[in-house]
Amino acid sequence: MNHTSGGLQLAGITKRFGSFTAVDSVDLEVRPGEIHCLLGENGAGKSTLMNVLYGLLKPDEGQIVIDGSPQNFTNPRQAMAAGIGMVHQHFMLVDPFTVAENLMLGREGGFVLAKDAARQRVRELGERYTMPVDPDAVIEDLPVGVQQRVEILKALANDAQYLVFDEPTAVLTPQEIDDLMAVMDRLRSEGRAIVFITHKLREVRAVADRITVMRRGRIVGQAAPTASEAELAEMMVGRAIDLRVAKEAAAPGEPRLVVTGLKVANTAGGIVVDGVDFDVRAGETLCIAGVQGNGQSELVDALLGNVTPLEGTVTLDGTDITRATPRQTIDAGMGFVPEDREADGFVAPFTIAENLVLNRSNQAPFAHGLALDLAEIDRNAVALREEFDIRAQSVHDPISSLSGGNKQKVVLARELSRPLSVLIASQPTRGVDVGAIEFLHRRIVSERDKGTAVLLVSTELDEVEALADRVLVMYRGRVVGIVSPDTPREVLGLMMAGVPLEDAQGAPRPGKEENHG
Amino acid sequence: MTTTHPTTLDVPLELDRTESAAARRARLSTGALMLVLGALMAWLGFGTSGDASYALSDAFAAVQLPTVALPGLPVVLVCALLTLLAGAGFVSGRLWGRAKASAATIAAAAIVLGFVTWAAAGRPFSFPVQNQLAGTIALATPLVLGALCGVLCENAGVVNVAIEGQFLTAAFTAATVGSVTRSITAALVAGVIAGVLMGAMLALFSIKYLVDQVVLGVVLNLFASGLTGFVFDQLVQPNSTELNRVPPISRLEIPLLSDIPLIGPVLFNQTILVYLAFVSVPVVWFLLYRTRWGLRVRSVGEHPEAADTVGINVRAVRWQAVLAGGVFAGLGGSFFTIGSSVSFIKDITVGNGFIALAALIMGRWHPVRAALMAVFFGFVTQLASQLQTLQTPMPSQFLLMLPYLATIIAVAGLIGRSRAPKADGVPYTG
Repeated sequence: MNHTSGGLQLAGITKRFGSFTAVDSVDLEVRPGEIHCLLGENGAGKSTLMNVLYGLLKPDEGQIVIDGSPQNFTNPRQAMAAGIGMVHQHFMLVDPFTVAENLMLGREGGFVLAKDAARQRVRELGERYTMPVDPDAVIEDLPVGVQQRVEILKALANDAQYLVFDEPTAVLTPQEIDDLMAVMDRLRSEGRAIVFITHKLREVRAVADRITVMRRGRIVGQAAPTASEAELAEMMVGRAIDLRVAKEAAAPGEPRLVVTGLKVANTAGGIVVDGVDFDVRAGETLCIAGVQGNGQSELVDALLGNVTPLEGTVTLDGTDITRATPRQTIDAGMGFVPEDREADGFVAPFTIAENLVLNRSNQAPFAHGLALDLAEIDRNAVALREEFDIRAQSVHDPISSLSGGNKQKVVLARELSRPLSVLIASQPTRGVDVGAIEFLHRRIVSERDKGTAVLLVSTELDEVEALADRVLVMYRGRVVGIVSPDTPREVLGLMMAGVPLEDAQGAPRPGKEENHG
Repeated sequence: MTTTHPTTLDVPLELDRTESAAARRARLSTGALMLVLGALMAWLGFGTSGDASYALSDAFAAVQLPTVALPGLPVVLVCALLTLLAGAGFVSGRLWGRAKASAATIAAAAIVLGFVTWAAAGRPFSFPVQNQLAGTIALATPLVLGALCGVLCENAGVVNVAIEGQFLTAAFTAATVGSVTRSITAALVAGVIAGVLMGAMLALFSIKYLVDQVVLGVVLNLFASGLTGFVFDQLVQPNSTELNRVPPISRLEIPLLSDIPLIGPVLFNQTILVYLAFVSVPVVWFLLYRTRWGLRVRSVGEHPEAADTVGINVRAVRWQAVLAGGVFAGLGGSFFTIGSSVSFIKDITVGNGFIALAALIMGRWHPVRAALMAVFFGFVTQLASQLQTLQTPMPSQFLLMLPYLATIIAVAGLIGRSRAPKADGVPYTG
């Protein structure tokens, strides 16, 4: 370890939560003027490590050294004073406050708020870092990309020399990701050090100067940005991973799910799905791609019957289910993997066995009259645990004791354990480790091959490319276009920002090529 | 890596809007209520004869204003028509934004004016307008102070259902200390300390021990009722001449302003507590929206994690807000005894703390709106008691209900985008 002046060193950091060691004697060094990628799966300990660095958590062992002097942070204020800034995954912005109020919070100056000075400061910062933003805009009215810009400015307002970006790309469009990368590049060239936390291999290779990989709380190795994605994935997971999903070409049959002119309002009355038409055929996967919050969730809610559409029709195998209740759509053969697994996917305190029959707990063979057939429920659970490789000690454990990937396997197992006409899966691999992603993807493909119509909602282009037979791009509640999955990423990215297919194809290619033209 | 994409997402979201199911239900039911009341008023209106007289000043006023006589039949019918029109507007769904708010306000005013005119028409008594206004101020004073207490607590993320308990302990303490010391100032200070101490219990259990805040509030109310009742029975009652003889509070007349006819005596010849209540509203507004402390209070009530990550001590700020709220609740509670020169009796606050809470919620956690709602509640309560004295042919229970119907209608027009602080009632464990 190099203890000369300059740079940030974490030495032997250990953080335990009870008997669980989240971070296990980790050494990490970040030098000024570099982008240091911290790569690892969800739960590998990256965020815990950074929360220690930011003074939000106190390490049980180890030391933080900045520019040669050891630090002992007990709160974020001290970390900020030492030059550490953090761009949080879940933005630390107060929604009803303006941009200026958010930037002044915690460093307001005098007792009476100097709002004009704060506005001026926002403008100056925006100009200095070429991230202009309206100081009087209220955060909740701003798109996520701009909110993130505010979050970055907040860190820079403190003149942070060491910036931590925690999964910054999760909520951005591909174009916004490019912009973010450009910002990170500029900050690096100013001599600031950046820690970039992610689990997306493509981004790592694009910007990193050095890569450190974490697994289960430990550092498992360093890699150069020239390392292949397969190599990085193997380091992350600890075994060789097949990043490509093997699948045959689709053999689409008759349309099973047909949606025409669908219009849906959210609870506040905003029209968030505006005249959407599509169909999903037997034996094909239609992928709805788009940045989060462009109406996908409400569309799925309407299909399932959670929300009654304002206009339009939905038919399933020729039956009109536009105004059906969830019970009716389930009975009509609709399987559903919800996007918010923890909230909508299962009942956390229930056992794995109980969760596996949630959708059929009122019918044979699991129920006779008012009584549940517990033996049958157990038999079902043991069989599904085997088939879906659910890693649990016992099917009588509460589902909350499982990892994200295994919870999702329970949800998918429950939905696929009965004959389906349509499977709707929203973000089925979000927050799931790479190993489980591989398994979940294979099961979705095999369900398609059985002749089920699969509707997959995803914001991850990797997932879209891996699974889709057709890609429907959604933007602000409308269908921008339905294209083939081998459409270039740049074109898909532009479509996700609302540019129609023809214009997107004609647009200059982003990135390096542009500099030649 | 400089790129120039058409980042169309930089434009703020502009969605077409339609009505949410909840808003639709609220609109239709309010409209239906207006139509029913309008129709009832019209039916009553045709049976109205004679004039309704409104006495603008009482017999003791320096400047005597005339008694205004409104012709019963046309006034009631016009009010009925306005209410029906507003109701029709609500039911048809043609009203938006400002027009909707105005229609609701007009309908509420028309309902009050129409029914009062009907009730007063052809009676030997005139409706005492100045009494109505003076009573409004008296009833609203503790409500305004209680609502401000709630505004401070809840903007910091602590639900305060215990305003009633704070009122009661403050009323008791102020009465006892005032009786012993014969000093209004000492009594008010004691009342404030009692309010702050109750606030400290709320803060201790909700912020430090993370107790469910609604349950805690209910328990604190029961505690306050039990404690004051017990001490009153055991100690105060047997020695009531020493311990429960409240010193009279004097009125402070503001020169010139108090000479304005009608409103002068009502607004500018009041006790110190009333002035304090109404000055507190802009003070709390300024504290919350124009100072460093207020920004921090609102941030810990909305997104405590964000406040924490910029180095704000979330628990400390919440403590401060709850204790500051206790000051206002303490003043509000003192009004029931010291402020009105009334001896303490058990449960003297009779649910006013809950009405303050209602004003806070209907005022959507904003100090000025909450104070306006408090004044409105004071107005309708006073109106209900005035109407009882007019000896109308209508059952008095129905008349007592009217002001609250008017409240519901007035509030229906005020529904906007503001909402409860996001972390209201959520303990901070980080």
